Amino acid sequence: MADNVFEKVKKVVCEELGVQESEVKPESSFTEDLGADSLDVVELVMALEEQFSTDIPDDDVANLKTVGDVVSYIEKKLG
Amino acid sequence: MGAPLTAGRHFFSCRLAHMLLEGKKGLVVSVTNKNSIGWAVAEAAHNQGAHVIVGAQNERMLERVGELVADYPRMSAVQVDFGIPSDMEALAERVKNDFGTADFVVHSAAFAQREDLQGRFIDTSREGFGIALDVSAYSLVSLCKTLEPVLADDASVMAMSYLGSTRTVGNYNVMGVAKAALEACARYLAVDLGPRGIRVNVLSPGPINTVAARGVKGLTDMITYVHDKAPLKREFGQQEVAGSAVYLMSDLSKGVTGQIVFVDNGYNVVGM
Repeated sequence: MADNVFEKVKKVVCEELGVQESEVKPESSFTEDLGADSLDVVELVMALEEQFSTDIPDDDVANLKTVGDVVSYIEKKLG
Repeated sequence: MGAPLTAGRHFFSCRLAHMLLEGKKGLVVSVTNKNSIGWAVAEAAHNQGAHVIVGAQNERMLERVGELVADYPRMSAVQVDFGIPSDMEALAERVKNDFGTADFVVHSAAFAQREDLQGRFIDTSREGFGIALDVSAYSLVSLCKTLEPVLADDASVMAMSYLGSTRTVGNYNVMGVAKAALEACARYLAVDLGPRGIRVNVLSPGPINTVAARGVKGLTDMITYVHDKAPLKREFGQQEVAGSAVYLMSDLSKGVTGQIVFVDNGYNVVGM
């Protein structure tokens, strides 16, 4: 399950941020390592909401700094 | 009694054979991505037969909008930042070259600093206030002024507002003030351009999940709340706004100007 979510997240991240799959690691920070600006972050969040059919409220977004944060957040949500 | 009814039916079916915007040419400014309200409007106009120039605010957006329009034979993209006079002049020139004159202009753009879209309105800075009003309201005035020479007689201009213009909505803050200004601008522009048959209206959609709207803190809660309270319970979004926009672009609305048209599943009429 974990790998599955990671793979899906990785795919969305690559599409939204225009980065290579090899660059996307659990510890990658969206803004510091993957070059996302504030607009990218919003678009990424919306793409993840669409991919996983869930809402990601603003207060939660503030805590999602890395790819790994997103994976564990979504795993918990899909629980 | 039978004859007029048959005639009426015949007339109606003839009208339906034509698309609502066949032969019309216009602009939608601006689009950020496929979720933008402006994009749904541009797509709907195109699908009703219109030629559409779609605006993108900067180089990066232009690339994306370029990809979106590539699939549509009667669409093209243009870079335009309302704050850059040379961009505005180039836009008018583009309309002149591509279309001669424009039959519709859709203003779908707004901006406020993120810190001004949360917390207490009273904390809005002078600078933040100025930016929000300039980009979100004055831009409609400058757009109409710049395009006036290339607007066709009987053209239709519209802008996007929100209920936060006349009611307080938590976190919407300075953008509510900017939307109030935008709506007032539309009324004054309707008077200035009315003698040429040009109409200026405002669409006021309910909250929709777009990149721009996500700038308002708590948007997802707003959407849930409105869906819960509105008279109509069906899903609501960009497509509904696009439908009303097509109506306003079309000759079906030729007697309508200076109006605020709510496209919000009726939410604005509910007291409690």
